[in-house]
Amino acid sequence: MTERILDHPVLGVLEPDQTVTFTFNGMKYEGRCGEPIAAALLAAGIRTLRHHEESGTPRGIYCNIGHCFECRVEVDGHQGVRACLTPVREGMVINGGGALPSPVRDWRKDNA
Amino acid sequence: MRDLIIIGSGPAGLTAAITAAEHGLDILVIDEYLKPGGRLLGQLYEEPGGNWWNGIEESRKLAGRASSLGLDIRLGISVHNIEQIDGSWLVHADCETFETKSLLLATGAAEAPVAIPGWTLPGVMSVGAAQVMTNVHRVKPGQRGVIIGVNVLSSAIAMELKIADVEVAAIALPKTNQVNGKAANPSEVMNALLHVSHMAPSPLVKMGSKLMTNDFMKRMGITLYPKNGVRMWDIPVMLRKAVIRIEGTDQVEGVTLATVTAEGKIIPGTEEVIGCDFVCIAGGLYPLAELAALTGCPFYHIDELGGFVPLHSEDMRTPLDGLYVAGNITGIEGAKVAMSQGKTAALAIAKDHGQDIADTSLSEAVRQISSTRSDAHIQFHSEVEAGRRKLQEYWEQHAAGMRNVMV
Repeated sequence: MTERILDHPVLGVLEPDQTVTFTFNGMKYEGRCGEPIAAALLAAGIRTLRHHEESGTPRGIYCNIGHCFECRVEVDGHQGVRACLTPVREGMVINGGGALPSPVRDWRKDNA
Repeated sequence: MRDLIIIGSGPAGLTAAITAAEHGLDILVIDEYLKPGGRLLGQLYEEPGGNWWNGIEESRKLAGRASSLGLDIRLGISVHNIEQIDGSWLVHADCETFETKSLLLATGAAEAPVAIPGWTLPGVMSVGAAQVMTNVHRVKPGQRGVIIGVNVLSSAIAMELKIADVEVAAIALPKTNQVNGKAANPSEVMNALLHVSHMAPSPLVKMGSKLMTNDFMKRMGITLYPKNGVRMWDIPVMLRKAVIRIEGTDQVEGVTLATVTAEGKIIPGTEEVIGCDFVCIAGGLYPLAELAALTGCPFYHIDELGGFVPLHSEDMRTPLDGLYVAGNITGIEGAKVAMSQGKTAALAIAKDHGQDIADTSLSEAVRQISSTRSDAHIQFHSEVEAGRRKLQEYWEQHAAGMRNVMV
């Protein structure tokens, strides 16, 4: 799985930072205070941040700099938060969204 | 009301902020990222002569100078609309609306995606995403990756991944589709690569310089190009293989490659699967200019600059009063060019605010953009100067048109 780059030949040693604890989909994880949620999760081996609203297929980061919104998650009750831009904080409650109901489409399957 | 709001705290925005602050302007810098520096943050390469260009260090220097000048830089703020009302600019952000006399857009670039079956799987990311994860956040994007798209950016980032001890199994072409054109054509890609031969490894250059003397030899060159690629920093660069599918159920497990003809057509029966846990898509950069588009600023599509760019003068003015641009929003180039554009924009803005800026210092700043461009270590498009000239012609036509209207 993925891991942190603690010692980099050019950039040097990763300076120790305060550790924070947060939850993602009900599970507890640790991250470096202030790093983006997406980085903290990837360092913990988590690639799938949500499931697509319509198809239910898994999604992770794509652009990692806020342009594409593929990494949108729910943070402390706020929907559509970009995991790549949002610093992880102590006690954060993060949830990846899932498929939403599609009653009209479901109805059409049997009736139209 | 502020004198100047700068949207974007990358090399262009920060340099502009520093210069404008030195001329006494009241400035606010806004950026939606969590650190200042923009995409400069991820950059890491060795310059000729052996010095490392360390984007984190360069960003830190810029941010340090900005903070010593007492600049107000607000991070984590997204701007979703701008409008000009009664001679001032309203900048609508997610938290509040800011008002300013002058507005500088330094929003940088975005990466063009390449749609390939399987590209929504977790583990597929833009090549810039892998760069930021590795160099800025210090988290490996995975253990073993495949990069789709052979260009200056992907070669540079492949090297950066290797330095961070992340294996790159291959750099290969994307499968030809209706939109990717040249990027999937082995001959065209080889031509483009040879232009950046100073960055490419010696075997490719050696082979290229022998073979690239005329069109016939170019075709021969790509025909004879080893199917398993030429190794660049020990990474196979496959110009005769394209990724036709990304494999995996819940996340990336591998890619399917196929051999292609010199024109990029898939040769049936040549498919093979290689394993990897992440895939980078390198579709090239384009100017991120949505905010300029909201203002009604005229745009021109210039291939050499990476796409649609807002019309602007050499000193970074747009045709709209109080609206300026700098950095990659004006065309895709390196960070050093962006910095010199930022400085120029700031001088033009200070002058328009009635500060005592000599015409010679502004024209010297404009000259410095050109000389920085000529000295650039990384050039994203071989004909960038021609692209700049085209835009300058559009600017002159526009200015002449305005004069006619006035008469």
